[in-house]
Amino acid sequence: MTRIVAVVPAFDEEGAIGAVVEEIRAFDPAIDVVVVDDGSTDRTAATAGAAGAAVVRLPFNLGIGAAVQTGFRYALEHGYDVAVRLDGDGQHDPSELPKLLEPLMRDEADVVTGSRFRDDGSDYRPPLARRLGISWFARLVSLLSGQRVTDTTSGFQALNGRGIALFASDYPSDYPEVEATVLLLKHRLRLVEVPVRMREREHGSSSITFLRSLYYAVKVTLALLVAMGRRYAVPSEGAER
Amino acid sequence: MTPVRISIAAAIGSLLLLLIVLELIRGRRLKERYALLWLATGLVLLVLSLWRGGLNTIAGWLGVSGYPPAILFAAAIMFVIAVLLHYSTVLSKLTDDNVLLAQEVALLRARLDAVEGAVSAVRAAERPAD
Repeated sequence: MTRIVAVVPAFDEEGAIGAVVEEIRAFDPAIDVVVVDDGSTDRTAATAGAAGAAVVRLPFNLGIGAAVQTGFRYALEHGYDVAVRLDGDGQHDPSELPKLLEPLMRDEADVVTGSRFRDDGSDYRPPLARRLGISWFARLVSLLSGQRVTDTTSGFQALNGRGIALFASDYPSDYPEVEATVLLLKHRLRLVEVPVRMREREHGSSSITFLRSLYYAVKVTLALLVAMGRRYAVPSEGAER
Repeated sequence: MTPVRISIAAAIGSLLLLLIVLELIRGRRLKERYALLWLATGLVLLVLSLWRGGLNTIAGWLGVSGYPPAILFAAAIMFVIAVLLHYSTVLSKLTDDNVLLAQEVALLRARLDAVEGAVSAVRAAERPAD
């Protein structure tokens, strides 16, 4: 029996987190849910706990990357075979999970990303600034890694033991998804993208506002180039635990 | 040639810096590993301010013709940059360590909550008659 944990990072999401946890548990009660409360000032932790999630409360806000990494460390410590990451704002639909899990179960991938752009008929239309940013990073990462990647900013991911072990030990900080993609490809982990639909946010606003887009693009591009220049130990087969 | 008064002032300044750093180390308010760069700064500036001929010679090598004390400023600025850069690396390491500690504390607390929950469940089951 494959033990699966859903890692849900949340920062001040008391309005959405309860429904997110309940939805995952309703979809498959065998999936454990761990909510990583990234130093919220509202009742995120209590709401998540009441909905049936295990809650890991960070003592202060560490940012999304370190929060997600905490969830992967939880998965590693508790010996889960597979971790899926869903965001705490409800934009990732648990009913899409089978698509993400399938390549892992067939052992065709170590990490599976839900892509909003894989499907050419996708009706997802982000604002222009974000669309430009997303396509810039998709091209850059594809070029750097030699593998076609269409959605480098998606946080909707499923990982097997090797993926969990890598991200538990090394995960980027501020806008982590792009850099994490390069990281796992440099470690020779197999990445597969599957087309998924994502929902519009129900509560709050995206953490990436228009003003920050340029800062984000420059910073992450720099981080990518640095990441390419670093030396990585390629984990050997069977050495992940 | 460097004006004598500048040499004296610079030497006093360097000596003061050295004395303050040594006093901070003595009082354990500054760790030796962070003090090394400050001691080097004080020593080099002291040597450059007292060894007036040397300052002139170095100024000549670097093509500073009119005002040799400029070399003193340049050396001081270079050392300050080195100290700041060193602090940036220290700060980066502290940040990483801090994140690790916070994650560890959060994971341990989650474990403790789970253990305490299990313990109180067992205790409640042990004395149902109360």
